[in-house]
Parts: sequence; structure tokens; C-alpha cells
Amino acid sequence: MTALTESDARDLIAKVLADIAPEVDLDGARPDGQLQEELGLDSMDFLNLMIGIHDETGLTVPERDYPALSTLDGAIAYLAERTA
Amino acid sequence: MGEFCMPSLGADMDEGTLLEWLVAPGDPVRRGDIVAVIDTEKSDIEVEVFEDGVIGELLVEVGTTVPVGTPLARIEGATDAGRRSAPTSPPVPAPQPVAPAEGPPRGVATTARTAGRVLSPIVRHLADERHVDLHHLAGTGPGGVITRRDVEGAPRSGPGGVAAPLEHRPTRATPADGRTRSSPYARRLAAEREVSLTAVVGSGPGGAVLAADVPAAAPVDRDAGMRDAIARAMARSKRDIPHYYLQTTVDLGVALDWLRTRNEACPVVERVLPAVLLLKATASAAAEHPALNGWWEDGHRPSSDVHLGVAIALRGGGLVAPGIDGADQMSLTELMTALRDLTGRARAGRVRQREWTGPTITVTNLGDLGVDAVWGVIRPPQLAMVGFGAVHDEVLAVDGAPAVRPVVVASLAADHRTSDGIEGAALLSRIAALLQDPDALDRPHPHPTGGATP
Repeated sequence: MTALTESDARDLIAKVLADIAPEVDLDGARPDGQLQEELGLDSMDFLNLMIGIHDETGLTVPERDYPALSTLDGAIAYLAERTA
Repeated sequence: MGEFCMPSLGADMDEGTLLEWLVAPGDPVRRGDIVAVIDTEKSDIEVEVFEDGVIGELLVEVGTTVPVGTPLARIEGATDAGRRSAPTSPPVPAPQPVAPAEGPPRGVATTARTAGRVLSPIVRHLADERHVDLHHLAGTGPGGVITRRDVEGAPRSGPGGVAAPLEHRPTRATPADGRTRSSPYARRLAAEREVSLTAVVGSGPGGAVLAADVPAAAPVDRDAGMRDAIARAMARSKRDIPHYYLQTTVDLGVALDWLRTRNEACPVVERVLPAVLLLKATASAAAEHPALNGWWEDGHRPSSDVHLGVAIALRGGGLVAPGIDGADQMSLTELMTALRDLTGRARAGRVRQREWTGPTITVTNLGDLGVDAVWGVIRPPQLAMVGFGAVHDEVLAVDGAPAVRPVVVASLAADHRTSDGIEGAALLSRIAALLQDPDALDRPHPHPTGGATP
């Protein structure tokens, strides 16, 4: 698994989300707000985000870790840490 | 000789626009084959033929709007018995075709009409800002929809230069004299749609532009059309259907524990969402309550099959509720797969006729939005809508002692013409009971012969 910097992790999230919800504007989202609320994602979108992350990095995010990824900042930190 | 006619895809549909032919004269077709794509206010619908035969003359050209019932194509060799090309609005519920010869629909796929469509106002805005010509951009989103990334990666303005990932790239019809070769009809279409022919890649002889090559008109303002369609359907519902409402709080402790264990043990792509348990329980319960499952069309038309409508919010606003046929007979994994597929296609703006007109009962799940409960408005001509709010923790009395449990409020809006509160209550209780036994819920149920199970 390639180590992701925080910047890489953000780009990865943006890339995966662009396929799931083409209209989302990551730049307009508050980094510490609830990701699903900020971006208008439902639970299917969130699961698809986890699948996309898995496809791109090989990383499987267990459901019990979902709370750690509930904000953009949290998700970036999580990905950077787990791929390090 | 039969005819394939503009179908009615909803009680309020008077006319439809032919977006695409998926067959050509001479193609053999079987009942259930998808042969064309029709534009409605809410979605593009892949419509099917209702008889076996061979496609004869195509009577209506792509881009034409015609009233419901207008013959669109001749079907040769069709038996008179099979002449049911234009189901009257809305769907004819029974009898369902036994073992619908589904198979992969012929001809669908590559030329998706969503291809090149922009569904998101934000993407459209971005394209404007960057002077990107959307007509000439190949979409990489679901169903070929143009995504933000497509726009960002596109060269600014201008027809040329975009490397559309087409399997074959016909030559552009711009001969040395600068005049584009095209059929007269294509020229007229292009004028109507304000499309420059020089920018169109022709697929005809010598790269001539044919009618089918002219990009369809920028979809009419679907946001406004969507609002209109919802307004009409919901007003009709509240005007015609005497709703009654019930609610119950369902303990999801057992179901969610079961689901957590299941999801831990499987790859991320096979995870099942809690919503799927709710859908399955609703479908299974509905199969046992035909007074709440079916349609009202000049009287009660119960259905022994469950075609579970699922309310899907579209990005950028609006709502559609296409259905999953036989949801009551699926395993949770199958239902999850079906839901993922349906959600993706619905949001890409293209679903199948059977999904559009088939639902016998609909579920709306507003749990993601954090509300406690939702009181549905029944979609005519259906008889009931089941709603779920957010899963949240509550203190319940369990075995005589207070316990904190995850719960969901299940609600029912039902048509009092076909059921009374006692039957509605039985449906909600059954949903709650089914959710206490997730193993059983996961088992696919063979369809009972002889109609509804008591």
C-alpha cells in the first residue's frame, strides 16, 4: 500500500467522490463538519466512498472505524495514518 | 402485424419524446426486450416491447414528441394475441409474465442517452465558467454522465480536440469546402436544437451527419419538469386517496448486531446497509398483505407480487421512486446489489419501464437526514407507503428493565379504501417482527404458487 500524505489523501477522497457525487464541492465543505451533511451524501454514497478508497488503495476500512471518517479532516488523517 | 406504441409511463403522462432507438428494422425482438428510450419529466425510461416479432418500419424519428398511444414502430410477425403494445396508464399489474425472459436487454449499453448529459447544475456552471462545450465532452460518470472531473480535464471551448473514448470514431463531416454533409432531417434537427453541424461527428457515408448524430437538445429544464410532475402526482394523491397513518417504534438491536457481524466478515463491496434490512422486511410483510400491496385503478387491484418502490433523492433536487421487482424473494445481498444498481441508474437519470411503472408499494427512508419519522404521501395508484426515520438510541423497557437500544420509527400511510387500520397495524407489526430474525430475513423466499400467502 502506498503511503498517502494528507494532501494525497484529500486528492484521493476528491477523486472517488467525483465519481459518486459529481457535483460535490470539497473545497466548499467545512473540514471539521460532518462529511455526509456537508456534501449531501447518503449512507449508500458513504459506502461507495469506502469501496472507492479500497479500490484505489487496497485499504479496507472496517465499519467500526466509520466514526473516525465522519469529517473530512478525520478521513484525511485516517487515510494518512493507515497507509503510512 | 403489431405496433409498438408510445407507452404511458405514469398516470399523468400525456406525451413522450423518443430519445433513442435501441433496435433497427429487421431486428428480432421478444416480449420484454428494451427497444427504445423515452424522455419523461423525471427520468429517461428504457421501454420494452410487449410482443414477439421482427422490428419493421420505424415510424417516429428520434427527438420527436408524440402523444401516448402513437405507433412508434411496426412489429412484423407479431400475433394479435400479443398486441398489447401500449399498456394503459399506469401499469397493468396482473398477470405478471411468468418467468419473464429477462436476459440481458438487447442493444442497451454503449449508446446510453445519459452519455453526455450533465445532471449537476454545479458541473454545468463549471463548464460555463471554463467555456467547456458540454456537447462534445464524453462523460465518465455513471451511465456516461459528465462529471466535474470531465469538465476540469476538458480543453476550453471548442468542438475539436476532445478525445472522446468512442470505440470507433467516425470522421467529422467537414469536407474541404467547409460545408458539412448531412441529411436534411439532421439539418432541421440541428437547427431546432441550436447545434452547429460542423461540430457534430457524423456516422453516415463519408462522415455525413445523420439525425441520430445530432446531440439531443439540451435536456429541457428537468428541474422544473420534475417539480411539476411531483406536484401533480402528490396533489392527486392527497385529493383522491383517503390516507390513514400509523407508526410503531422498532427495536433494531438484534438486527444491527447481526449486520455488524456479517459486514465485519465480508469484503467492503459486499457490505449491506441497514436500510436493506428495512426494505426486505417491508417487502416480505407486504407480500402477506395484498390489501396494502397493489394498485387502485377503478377499484382495488391487489398484487400477489411485491415490486418494492424505493424513494431515491436526486442530487440537485427532486425525487424518483422506481422499484425492485421481487424484493420479497431476494437475499439481503441480492437486494443490496439491486438497490445499489437502481440508485446509480436513477441518479444518472435512466431507468427501465418496468421499474418505473411496476411498484406495488413504496418505501421512503429519511434516516440519513436525521429525522425521527416520515409520514408518506402515497404514490398513486399505489395503496401504501412505508416510511423509516433515523436509527437512533432510545431507552426502552426490555424484560421489565430500562435498556438503551437502537430503534427506528416505522410509519405507514395507507389508502383507507382498500384497508383499515387493523390491517395496516398488522403490516407494521409484521415488519417489526421480521426485523427480530435477521437470519430468516436473509433467506431468499421461493415465490409461493397460487398468489398471495395468507
